[in-house]
Amino acid sequence: MAHDSHEHGLNRRNFVAGIVTFLGGIIAAILGLPAIGYLLSPSLRNRNTASLDEWVPLGLIEDLVEGEPRLFSFTRTQRVGWEITAQSYGIYVLRKPGNTFDVFSNVCTHLSCRVSWQEDLGEYICPCHDGHFGIDGSIISGPQPRPLDRFDYRVEDGTLEIQLVEV
Amino acid sequence: MTTRWITWLDERLGLTAIYNTVLDRKVPKVNWAFTLGSATLFLAVTQAVTGVFLTAYYVPHPEQAYESINYIMNDVAFGWLIRGIHHWGATLMVITVFLHMLRTFFYGAYKYPREVTWITGVLLLLLTLGMGFTGYLLPWNQRAYWATTVGTSITETIPFIGPFINEALRGGTDLSTLTLVRFFSAHIWMLPAALFGLIGVHLYLVVRLGISHIPDEDE
Repeated sequence: MAHDSHEHGLNRRNFVAGIVTFLGGIIAAILGLPAIGYLLSPSLRNRNTASLDEWVPLGLIEDLVEGEPRLFSFTRTQRVGWEITAQSYGIYVLRKPGNTFDVFSNVCTHLSCRVSWQEDLGEYICPCHDGHFGIDGSIISGPQPRPLDRFDYRVEDGTLEIQLVEV
Repeated sequence: MTTRWITWLDERLGLTAIYNTVLDRKVPKVNWAFTLGSATLFLAVTQAVTGVFLTAYYVPHPEQAYESINYIMNDVAFGWLIRGIHHWGATLMVITVFLHMLRTFFYGAYKYPREVTWITGVLLLLLTLGMGFTGYLLPWNQRAYWATTVGTSITETIPFIGPFINEALRGGTDLSTLTLVRFFSAHIWMLPAALFGLIGVHLYLVVRLGISHIPDEDE
């Protein structure tokens, strides 16, 4: 090192070291930055919402008894990654006076267990952490942060249809 | 501030000593053919890194392998880049390994005291080809399937033990899920473990013995 001609400034050795570091940095960036996007890609992707805002027919409203919540279950297929997976939904519908309805998701707002209607108590109960919801979806007791989620609905030719976008 | 930290670390880890021994060692006047080993090492590391990333999506199952790669290529951000580098890097690595061997051979660099470096190099060549062979099956497309059918069938021609080797490679009489999974296992665990272990030995010997000069005319 001592006999290198230029002690100060840019000598051959420093130049090569600098070039190597620079090119190495570029290569690392070319590989490294896309790698981050690569790993995060599925979580950043737009949710497949197109199929979710279709109207899903649940059943005839004439079959619904006023004041009695009724569970509708159905599955919808969804493309997750390269797989078509079936996702099951549970929807509670309560017919109210004047042809209005309460349409609840049966997914507990606490940690996503499934609630079920208990006829004898007149409450929805989540078995996981003993969450109780009223017939109107309101919180009675338990750890849940908010009332049951609702879906939009409409009545077409006597058939109740819902939209799977939570409101 | 930075220098203080470096001095602090260096006092405890001896980084300067490692740096001086590994990178600042004396080398004879050589030509560009002497960079082929480093080029191969660079490709090996790139293959390892991109390979690790590919396992984030790839599924070694006959029904999903092809689909998962399709997904990497068409849906994952930069998936085409990661897999493209892995794909072309594999081919390139076989080439650089081979050229590296030719250089060593024609310059007589395998002679005393570098015989062990040469032997580990031969093993590394075989491991690299093994990586290429096992990796080729993983896309599980027609080309992969039949190339592996042919490749494994060749072992069958070995007298007496041929059929046994063939079945051992395939995990049965035919190509199946078992073949795919064992090739995957070999490709991501067994062969790389051996490969990078041997690269360690190979590099240790290069650093310990230094590299040979280009032979003179009267040698």
